[in-house]
Amino acid sequence: MTSPSTIPVLDLGGLLLVSIQGELPDESAIALQEDVTAAVANTGSRGLIIDISTLDVVDSFLARVLAEVAASSRLLAARTVLVGMRPSVAITLVELGLTLPGMDTARTVTEAAASFGVTIEQADRTGRGTP
Amino acid sequence: MTDGATSPAEAGAAAVADLLRRHGEQIAQRWADLPFFQTVFTITRDEAVEACHAVVDSLAAVAESGRVDDLEAVGFRSIREQIVAMTASRARSGLSTAQVDREVGALREAASELLAADASAPGAEEAAETRVQLLTLFATLRVLVVDTMLQENQEIVLRQRQQLLEMATPVIKLWDRLVAVPLIGMLDSARSQVVMENLLEAIVEHKATIAILDITGVSTVDSLVAHHLMKTVASARLMGAECVISGIRPAIAQTIVQLGLDLGPVTTRASLADALEWALERREYKELPSRGNP
Repeated sequence: MTSPSTIPVLDLGGLLLVSIQGELPDESAIALQEDVTAAVANTGSRGLIIDISTLDVVDSFLARVLAEVAASSRLLAARTVLVGMRPSVAITLVELGLTLPGMDTARTVTEAAASFGVTIEQADRTGRGTP
Repeated sequence: MTDGATSPAEAGAAAVADLLRRHGEQIAQRWADLPFFQTVFTITRDEAVEACHAVVDSLAAVAESGRVDDLEAVGFRSIREQIVAMTASRARSGLSTAQVDREVGALREAASELLAADASAPGAEEAAETRVQLLTLFATLRVLVVDTMLQENQEIVLRQRQQLLEMATPVIKLWDRLVAVPLIGMLDSARSQVVMENLLEAIVEHKATIAILDITGVSTVDSLVAHHLMKTVASARLMGAECVISGIRPAIAQTIVQLGLDLGPVTTRASLADALEWALERREYKELPSRGNP
């Protein structure tokens, strides 16, 4: 059994949110993979949102881990959406031939949630009087 | 031969230097009327004469140093800047490299005529050697001019290539979270790389969910161009934006089919208008509930 990763898997009532921040060593990536798969199974979530907007580098190993997370989540009936990839990361992955065909993508967590039919209200809109 | 230590070539070079020094004024006066100087220094003739003097002096300095065939000789270095300015001026008025070269070649005649008329010329053998050295010196001057002209052209090409790269790849925001790139001209590897980077940056900047790649202005689509387009679409998708390729003319559609290119899952539309319609419908379908009017 590997040690649990330091990255929290947040349960947003039916949706799981994982935000990867900073460098992710290979062992932590594997630990994260196990944590996330376990969380999907335990909560019975329909959706998994992985935010990588702070990552400058995604190597082939991490890309494979992400693809495997998406594949195993699909077996557990959850759809995975990858969020916030940077241009340089996207170009590198495409050059490496890793186009992650099994994953959905979105610009922001809000849009990813919207694709599951979940609305994340923007905070500044609630005070404006519009219903 | 006056000195046993000097070779005939060195003696010839020294004779050339001597000739240029003694007849500097005459040569300068004749050169000032030649098109190479006359057309550059149009304001006063004195200005042209002065410029001619500078060139004669530096040629004499080169001859004195004995390095008549050396472009890096100290004498040449001092007039290089002037030569650059003059050739640039000639090139701007539309002359080809060969024409400028011919003009510079004409400079030699004034000097060789003086050499022929020079009464102080010693025996036939020395005179021949002096002549060879003089010809070499002027040949080197011509090489210097051609060299500066080529460098000038090279810089123009580099500058224009940079301008083309910047100019040819604008990313337009069409609607809220909808961007478009109209591609024009030939798509090579360097340009498609710039297109891809610009588009992806724009997707981040405008929070775009849909990007339209319009290839109406692309002259030819071959397998390489198709490959670049596919890579751009794949990168945009990884970032969470959908791509649609529009502006596929009938001829290009046929080419793509005949080449057996598989655009795979890429959405395509015939015109930019169709792509815009598709994008707006798609956006409505994906519209965030919080964005619409209540």
